[in-house]
Amino acid sequence: MPVVRPNPEMPVKRLKFEQLFDALLPLFATLAALAIGAVMLVMMGANPLEGYAALLDGAFGSTNALADTLVKATPLLLVGLGICIAFRGGVINIGGEGQMILGALAGTVVGLTLPNAPGLLVVPLALLAGLAAGGVWGGIPGYLKARFNVNEILSTIMMNVIAVQLMNFLLRETLIDTAQTGAARIPQTVRLAAAFDLPRLVPTRLHLGTLIAVLLAFVVYFLLWRTTLGYRIRAVGLNQHASRYAGIQVDRYMVLALLLSGGMAGLAGVIQVYGVSHRMVTDGTAAGFTGSAGFNGIVAALFGQLHPIGTIPASFLFGALLVGANKLQRVTQVPAALITALNGLVVVFVVSSEFWRRRRAHNRALAEVAAAQKTEPATPVS
Amino acid sequence: MITDLFTAQVLIGVLTSGIRLATPYLYAAIGETFGQRSGVLNLGVDGMMLMGAFSAYYVVLRSGNLALGLLIACLVGALMGLAMAFISVTLHAQQGISGIGVYLFGLGMSDLLFQAFIGTPIPISGFPIFPIPLLSQIPIIGGIFFQQNILVYGAYLLVPIAWFVLNKTTFGLQIRAVGENPESADSLGVNVARVRYITVTVGGLLAGLAGASLSIAMVNIFQQNLTNGLGFIAVALVYFGGWRPTYVLAGSLIFSLVSALQLWVQVLRIPIPSDIAVMMPYILTIVVLVLTAQRVRPPAALTKPYSRGG
Repeated sequence: MPVVRPNPEMPVKRLKFEQLFDALLPLFATLAALAIGAVMLVMMGANPLEGYAALLDGAFGSTNALADTLVKATPLLLVGLGICIAFRGGVINIGGEGQMILGALAGTVVGLTLPNAPGLLVVPLALLAGLAAGGVWGGIPGYLKARFNVNEILSTIMMNVIAVQLMNFLLRETLIDTAQTGAARIPQTVRLAAAFDLPRLVPTRLHLGTLIAVLLAFVVYFLLWRTTLGYRIRAVGLNQHASRYAGIQVDRYMVLALLLSGGMAGLAGVIQVYGVSHRMVTDGTAAGFTGSAGFNGIVAALFGQLHPIGTIPASFLFGALLVGANKLQRVTQVPAALITALNGLVVVFVVSSEFWRRRRAHNRALAEVAAAQKTEPATPVS
Repeated sequence: MITDLFTAQVLIGVLTSGIRLATPYLYAAIGETFGQRSGVLNLGVDGMMLMGAFSAYYVVLRSGNLALGLLIACLVGALMGLAMAFISVTLHAQQGISGIGVYLFGLGMSDLLFQAFIGTPIPISGFPIFPIPLLSQIPIIGGIFFQQNILVYGAYLLVPIAWFVLNKTTFGLQIRAVGENPESADSLGVNVARVRYITVTVGGLLAGLAGASLSIAMVNIFQQNLTNGLGFIAVALVYFGGWRPTYVLAGSLIFSLVSALQLWVQVLRIPIPSDIAVMMPYILTIVVLVLTAQRVRPPAALTKPYSRGG
């Protein structure tokens, strides 16, 4: 029902409050998920306060814990930035896992082929290779959507599986560390030259990749809101038909959005290799390499309201949850998989809470119309 | 050798396992077909399958009662379907993304419950092979089609039932109307929300059943991420099948036969790397999606929430 406000001064004040409320919706969604998590902890015979205290301690309790949280947040941020680009462009990218893997593979190949070159040459080259490979892996579904109208949700998911198998194949056959002896060789590459390790920022596991990711958040913000290219990507995302009438080549910008999105995830993959694992190894699954960052990055981006800058604290939060989950498991014996389940709930709650935002926007519009009708004397239309 | 693939024995083997492998795809994809025909894309199928697979496995492990396990799996799936209906129909949430949320929830939750209450995978005795009298005696064909477990027969029986419901009943007409043009359906007195609630809940139920067909009738075990993305394939199969149960059946069969062939390629040590062979069904899916996407139009209201007056 439209609310007709007698005092025209009133709506402004309410709007500010409502804007704040809208901005905090994701936080409420997370708190709701954590509350459900608390109930689950109780049902599993654990003390939720103790559990969450352990989680906080595991994520922030020491310099090392904090560094681990930042390291864990890095791929989430990079994938999340890609998600911002794709979703703002009106395309859905579920292929972060595969794009990360492809990026990592390409970056690793660079490091393996140039073992004696200087790090200052190899690392940027590897990052570029990862960006390109992830971009190609995202661009293929983009092209299939633009050219053949293939649903990009499905094709990106298929591309994930194909990427995992490609990784398994390459790590078992082509790229395997042949120096390994014995019957069962681990499907992994040799350790990349130490000269290629991303520099550590402080004496912890924190590496340069985190800084790169944060800088890129600003780059992506600039790209989306301060360039014609970004404007067009967002225009296509807001209204394809209007964009087409405005002369924007919609197909081209959909492909571009998915390509850039995949590139970001590809970068996340290389940075994972050069900053954390220093070699590629597979346990046969995607999550074994990505830690499901391809999915959790979606959660972070949604939490950050699909805004690159908002995705920075959001990734930090989910990085903390993931790192803290291990401590939670040690203290309460409740499996860390709890956090995966809660992440799912956060996504559901964040997307569902849009309902209230939309409804209020709708009511506001009705109220404005009603207010306008009241102030203006009714004039016969003829 | 590659020619080994074309012996009668191998072909029968491929067909037999192909027919069986299609089971979970069929349940999940037919369920998803109902939802999508009414305009709701449920991307959480894989999560629902995992929860169904776990609950069926858990009940059978603890009680040994297969029917009870099946029932609980259906119930859990239906509940998750109901939740998905609430999210997408009542709350108008973006379906593609909320489905991923439901998937992550199912993935984490089934893993959590498994680790907390079971820990290590213990094999169970699942549904036994149930040879159909007389028919199973037919040479070759009997072995391929009529010496399967009961859930396999159920999956194939579901196809004509789904076809009949969608095309020959009033409710089926309502489903299609709601998926194509909810405004008109509404103006003719069809309760759009009710129809979508029913189709998505039934879809969830069938996803639960699909999970059970995996955990207590095929592999007879549960482990973390047992489905390995099978539910997403099922969603793809719905597109692949152009939203028609009979074509979904054809797609499921092609997909599972290629999977079965790939298993035999490994068994016979044909020099195609297994990782590459595993890729084949997925590449094939993309190719078929490319071929079908231009010819078949999805239900007009797919992924669009409906509210009266816009």
